[in-house]
Parts: sequence; structure tokens; C-alpha cells
Amino acid sequence: MLATDTLTLGYDGPNILDQLSITLPAGQITALIGPNGCGKSTLLRGLARLIKPKHGAVVLDGHDVQRIPTRQLATQLGILPQNPVAPEGLTVRELVAQGRYPHQRWFQQWSAADEQAVRSALEITNMVELADRAVDALSGGQRQRAWIAMTLAQETDIILLDEPTTFLDLAHQVEVLQLLEQLNRQSGRTIVMVVHDLNHATRHADHVIALRAGVVQAAGSPREVITPSLLRAVFGIEAEVIPDPRSGVPLCIPYGLCAAEPTDTLYADAVGSRA
Amino acid sequence: MAVTLAQSTSQPKPKRRAAAALAIGLLLATGLLLVIMTLSINFGAADVAPSTVWAALFNYDPTSTQHLIIRTLRMPRVLVAAIVGAILALAGAIMQGLTRNPLADAGLLGIESGAALGVVLAITFFEIKTLNLYSIFAFAGAAVTAVLVYSLGSLGRGGPTPLKLTLAGAMITAFCSSFTSAILILNQQTLDEVRLWLAGTVAGRDLGLIAASLPYVGVGMVLALSLGRSLTAMALGEDVARGLGQRTGWVKVIAAIAVVLLAGSAVALAGPIGFLGLLVPHIMRFIVGIDYRWLLPYCIIGGALLLVVADIIGRVVVRPMEIPVGVVTALLGGPMFIYLVRWRVQR
Amino acid sequence: MKTFPWITIRPKHVRFSLRIDRRLPRVGLLVGLLVLAIMIINMGVGEYKISPLDVVKTLLGMETGDPQHVLIVRTLRLPRMLLSALVGLALGTSGALLQGLTRNPLADPSIMGINTGAGLVAVVLTILVRDFPARWIPVAAFAGALVAAGLMYVLAWRKGGDSPMRLILIGVGLSAVGSAVTTLVITIGNIYDVQRAMIWLTGSVYGRSWADFWAFAPWVAIAVPLAWFQARQLNSLHLGEDVALGLGVSVGRQRAWILLIAVALAGASVAVAGVISFVGLIAPHVARRLVGTDHTGLVPTAGMLGALLLVAADWIGRTIAAPNEIPCGLVTAVIGVPFFLTMLYQHAKTK
Repeated sequence: MLATDTLTLGYDGPNILDQLSITLPAGQITALIGPNGCGKSTLLRGLARLIKPKHGAVVLDGHDVQRIPTRQLATQLGILPQNPVAPEGLTVRELVAQGRYPHQRWFQQWSAADEQAVRSALEITNMVELADRAVDALSGGQRQRAWIAMTLAQETDIILLDEPTTFLDLAHQVEVLQLLEQLNRQSGRTIVMVVHDLNHATRHADHVIALRAGVVQAAGSPREVITPSLLRAVFGIEAEVIPDPRSGVPLCIPYGLCAAEPTDTLYADAVGSRA
Repeated sequence: MAVTLAQSTSQPKPKRRAAAALAIGLLLATGLLLVIMTLSINFGAADVAPSTVWAALFNYDPTSTQHLIIRTLRMPRVLVAAIVGAILALAGAIMQGLTRNPLADAGLLGIESGAALGVVLAITFFEIKTLNLYSIFAFAGAAVTAVLVYSLGSLGRGGPTPLKLTLAGAMITAFCSSFTSAILILNQQTLDEVRLWLAGTVAGRDLGLIAASLPYVGVGMVLALSLGRSLTAMALGEDVARGLGQRTGWVKVIAAIAVVLLAGSAVALAGPIGFLGLLVPHIMRFIVGIDYRWLLPYCIIGGALLLVVADIIGRVVVRPMEIPVGVVTALLGGPMFIYLVRWRVQR
Repeated sequence: MKTFPWITIRPKHVRFSLRIDRRLPRVGLLVGLLVLAIMIINMGVGEYKISPLDVVKTLLGMETGDPQHVLIVRTLRLPRMLLSALVGLALGTSGALLQGLTRNPLADPSIMGINTGAGLVAVVLTILVRDFPARWIPVAAFAGALVAAGLMYVLAWRKGGDSPMRLILIGVGLSAVGSAVTTLVITIGNIYDVQRAMIWLTGSVYGRSWADFWAFAPWVAIAVPLAWFQARQLNSLHLGEDVALGLGVSVGRQRAWILLIAVALAGASVAVAGVISFVGLIAPHVARRLVGTDHTGLVPTAGMLGALLLVAADWIGRTIAAPNEIPCGLVTAVIGVPFFLTMLYQHAKTK
């Protein structure tokens, strides 16, 4: 189980997250939501030890991740950063094979297990046909699937994804989200993702964490979290929340901004954290 | 790979100064330049009184040795320094604005090394000794390298990023200097003739040389100054500039011609002098802000001022020997470049 | 389903597996044979001509009927040929490491300040400290390369870690300052010393002996295999810092280590053969064409192509203007011109 304990994160300037303690339920899909600059991507990067905490810790199964050797951690927790770029000419198969890095040693460069993991990662993501194409020659959705396949080949129980659907068109967004849902349902992997679209969060996530200015405003199931008052507090928007006609999960329809005060501070937050 | 080099234009508060203040500042700077130029004439192996300098300039007495020294040695030297400083700073400012690359400089981008190679070729293979013909080879060398660096730097993702341009420039520089040294190894006489010039120096020039370069310098400056408004718009990005009604294709062509004329003349006059085109626009931007209509004239004065001062420094610190002015500018500008990279390149 | 682009050696019942790029053996064999052939031909040319067959015979210790052959081939020419191959190997490998490390195909030891550092030290010693023993210049030059690289690393390092982009740009900046100082020294020196220094700045293996070879060989023997071992890490680093971290690569430490290997190889090469530009740039490019982007194949191939390039450059330099000799560093620079133009042309075509 992945959790944070009074985690404080930040770059050179003021802290972006301050004394944050949250728990990410195992075996579920968790969505991190919030306005630009609220610290959701920073939190994800912190969870994946891409940023060193200033204070507190990220705790995986009772151990501080900073104390787990990075390669060992890479066999338990995979991260797909936002908008990764593959070197020119690298094929999908070669990319996915790189996911096996944490399992390899100089005397164990390509075991049968490695081969099997790559094959099944390609199959699950439906990339077998495209395996010998260059990654930079694929469409956006295919490329994202290739990167997810690489993360899958890593065979970790926990997968973190930073905005896996940005820059994708609608069909590809749905494709990627369904793939993640399938991974979770079939092999019980814990998935934590940063998403922008609230309706993606409600439809595909079991657990939603809403952040604003580095503070958790609400956490729980989509039904509990996505309410008009929360949307007002977190995003500064007036919105109607109705049950989805098919699945019954909450569906958010924004109508406008609330009174000026919250939006101003939001803007300030966004500017401040970008510096 | 995206380059996250903070653009000077995206700094939080662009400075806006009243036109009157800027004009007065420019006048004051010009005055300062004239004073320093006179001081520079005073300096030398034999110190000359300011009154003598004055007399030599406006009341020339051909029989006076002091007047002769001033007219034939000191005056050309300080004029060359002022002209070269002005045009290199101008060329640097234009390149920085056009490519939105805060690291642009005729030396760093390899243009000067190309011009230098052109001159060395001219001396070695065509036995050319007059500046007029020098210049043509310098322009040719500058033009070829400018095109090469720009095309090499535009390869791959993201077009001409500062990183790629700088690297392409460094590569072309390495390349041209390999050739230059190879030619010089095979030809000791040329080596002896040009090695001081290769370090970048303003010593030993005569007025005829300056006169010969004036047409190129003049045209280059006029073209450059005509770009002020366009460059201010280009700083917002090419697409935005086009949206604002700029004919970006023409702006680029004119800018390229101006840069080649300016950098080529500078090399023909004084040899390759690095970092000046980097240093001056950054300092001037700090004073004037980002309006190129003011920035460009300020760069002219500032560049002249800096090179005249650098020349004085080069003459003073290891008296009676001299450090070539190109080395002085490298020692001043190098740390500035490293500072810019260290604090402005995020990842 | 197509298979993986590498050959797997995986004995049963042993916890061991090795993967070799599928194109590597063929390319390696071909390049190796070419290097050998050119070396043999090159050993026969010069003031005293020897047929390739006699060269081979002499190398194998057989009689050729000319007692001079042993001295000329074995003592005079062989060490130079072997040295040029090793220097090429070192430079090609170094270039491949630096390009992989910085994710930038234009990185090369000659433009990242490493060579300039070595060059500056050597020029100062040759021109200003005129009675400095020539024997120690390589050592001092190597120290110069290390200092330059160290300075580059320290200046590029900032709280929050290092950055390949800062590394490379600061390398360029240091290099420019270093060249300015080098030029200064050149302007004040005695013209004969200056010319000697310039030959060194262009890069040459002229007159190198067995002693030089044995001084250089250990560097290659240690650093090149280390470079091969770093190939898998380079593959991960090539995907970007975040991905590499996520895959469990200790990014900062790996980078420093790879940089150190690259600098050791480049620095030792400059020390023994002067500043030879562009081998480190061209070899990895051609290697990428031949074996693709996987560094397990790319790093060794780039090394071998570097050897080929330098051996060929030395051969050309010795024959093209005979009896004069052109430094091989100049030949590699000349080879660079058409290379860049093709690069530009092909890129323009694909656009």
C-alpha cells in the first residue's frame, strides 16, 4: 500500500505541498484532480521518488521509499511521466524491452522472464502488430499505449501515470482509460493517475483525491467527492452534478465561474507554483 | 528535447522607460564614449597630453611626431575598436532577437570563425593583402557559416533551439579552426602574419582600412536599425509576429544580410572577437528593456564603449605587453555566458 | 510475431543471459577486417615501400629477404598504426557515450571543452615553458582535460541536480574561453614553438612509438569495456530523466560515471595524439545508421568505426601529399565536410 506521511514537497521556491498525509488504496484506481498548479503532478512525482521530499516521507508497505534502493523500488512501482519522448527510430518492441531494466543485471541481460513479460505487455496493450514500428512514427494514442506497455513490462504492482490522456483525441482518451481499467480489474494493479477531465475521473476511478493549493479538499469515492460545493471550493466553478444516465456515477456539467475571490487566488496559486 | 531557456522577454516585468529618458541616456552614453575614446588616445607607450590630442585632431601639424603617432596609430586604433564593438553588439542583438536565442553571438555561432577562415584562405592561396578584398572573403566565409549553422541547428525536433544553434556553432567553429590551423601549419609565413589578427586585435590599423570598410558597415547598420520594430514583434514568436502583420520572411532575409555584413566587416577589421555580441545586448536590455527600437542604438554605443574599454584594459594590465582585445572580451564574456547558462537553463 | 532484434545467449540451468545486438557481429567483423586491411596497406607506404604481402609476412615473423623490413614494419610503423586504431576506438566510444548522455547528436568531446582543456595545457607548456620535458606533456594534457571536464560538471551542477543541457552549453562556453587563451599564447610565442603547438592542436600520430602505444593501451583496455557495460543504462537515460528514474536508474550517479569514462577516453586520446576533431561526432552517427539506436550495439560499433575512420585518415594523410605528411586530424576534419552536407541533405529530403 502506498501512502504519504506529512509529506512536504517543493522546488526552489515555497513549498507546493505541505505536510500532506494521504493513503492510496491498494488494488484500486485513484484519480488526482485539481486546478492547474494545485500540486497534483508534483504529488505524483513525489510518490514516484522523482522529487526528494523536503520533509516527511512516501511510504510503501511500511518502508520509506527514499530508503528502498531505487532499482528495487522500480520493480514495485512504475511511473509514466507526462508526455515522454522516445529517441528517434526506437521501435515499440525495443521501448517495451527497456521496461525490464530493473529486473536485469550485467550477467542477466535477457532472461526468459524478460521475454515473456515484454510479450504479454505487448499483447495486453494490443501493440503486437505495431511492435516493429518506430515509436515516433505512431499516432498519439498508439504512442501512449506503447509507453504504457513499457511500464507494464516493468511488472510492478503500482503504476503511476501523469495525465495519460493529454494531447489525445476523444477516441484515444477512451482507449487509454479503458486499458487502465482493464489492467486494474484483471490483474488487480494499483493505478494512480493525474487527470484533467473530471468526468474521466468519475467514470474510471474508484477513489478520487481533490487538491487545491497543495491541500487535500476531499478524498473518497467519486460519488462522495464530486459535489457542487466541492467543485466550487476546488475549481471555483458553478456546476451541476447529475447521475450518469448509464452508470450512475456523478457527471459534472460546469456552467460558470463563482464569485471573483476564489478565482483570483487560484490564478495567484498557478502563477506562484510555476515560478 | 525541449529547451527551457527562459527568454529575456518573458521576464515578469518588461521595463518601459519614457522615450525622453531613453534619448537623454543615449546622448549621455555617446558623450561618455567620446570621453573614453579620447582617454584611449592619451594612453600608450608615450603618454600624450589631452591638449595635444585635441590639437592633433583639429589642428594637425605634420612635423610633430606626437601628432603623427596620434593620427596614424592611436586614432585609427580607437576608431576600429569603436566601430567593431558597435557592429558586433548590433549583430549580436539582431541574432538574439531573431532566433529568440539569448545565447546568440557571432563568435559563438561560428560566423566569425568562418570569416576568419575566409581571410586566411585569401592570404594563403590568393596572396591578397588589401582590406577591400579581405572583406569579400570575410563576407563569403561569414555567409557560408551563417547558413550552415542555421541549417544544422534547425535539424530535428523543435527547429532551431538555442541549444542546437549553439552546438552547431561550436561544431562549425571547431571545424573552421581545424582548417585554419592546418593551413597555418603548412605555411609559416602566413602564420606569422595572421596569428595576432586571429586573436582579435585593433592594433596596427590605418585610416585607409577604416575608410574601405565604411560602405559595408554603413549598409549593415542601416539595415539593422530598420529592423527595430519588427524584432520587437518577432520576440513574441514567429507565428505571433506574422499574426501582427510582420512579413517574417523579409525580416529574416534582411537580418541575415545585416548580420553577415556586420560580422564580416568586424572580422575583416579586427579578427574574430568573441562574446561581445553576447555581452552587450544583455547589459543593454537590463538598462533599456526589450524595445528593439531603442535597444539597437543603445547596443551600438554600448558595444563601442565596451570594446574601447576592453582595448584599454588589454594595454594596461600587462604593460608594456598587450593582450589582444579579443582575449579580453572572451575573459569578460565567457563568465557571463556561463552565468546565463547556469541560472537560466532549467533542464 | 517477429522476434527481438538481438541474439540471446542463455545457457540452460545457469542463471546467466547475454544479449548481443543482432547486427553487431556482422558489422563488427566487416569493420574489423577493413581496419586490418587498411593498416596493412598503410604499413607498406611511405618513404620505404613494402608490398602488403611482405608486411603480413614480416608481422607473422616470416622471412621476406629484406632485413630492413623488420625494423621498418615492426619498430617504426606498427606502433603508429595500432595507436591510431586505438585512438579512433577511444574517440568513437567517447562520442557515443556523450551523445547518449546528453541525448544530443551534436555532442562531441571536441566541442565540449574537454579537448580545449587538454589543448590549452599542452600549448602553454610547449610555448611558455619551453624546456618542459616532452614526455610529460601527455600527462599534463590529460590533467587539463580532467580539470576542464570537472569545471564543466561543477558549473553545470545546481541544487536540484545536473542537466545535460547545461552541461553541454557550459562545455561550449568553457571551450570558447579556453580557445581565446590558447590564441593569446600563440600570439606571443616563438614562431617555431607555435608551429609545433599547432600541429598538436590539429592532431597527429606522426612518429609515435611502442612507448606511446603502451602508455595509451591500458586506458582503452579499461575504459572501453566499462563503456560497453554502461550501454544498458544509456538506453534508459535516453528515454528521459523521469523515465530513467522510474526504471530504477540512479540518474545522477550514472551520468557522472559515464561522463568520467568519456572524459578519460577523450583526454587520454588528446594526450597521445593531439586534438583530433569530429571522429567522436561522425562515428556514432554512422553507427546509428548501421545498428540502430540501441546502445548495446551502438557503443561498440561507434568505437570500431572510430578506429576505421582514424586508420583511414592516417593512411590518406600519409599518401595524398607524399612525401609530405598531412596530420590525420586535418583529414578527419576534411572528411567531416561531405559528412555534414549529406546529413543536411538527407534531412532536407525527409522533411
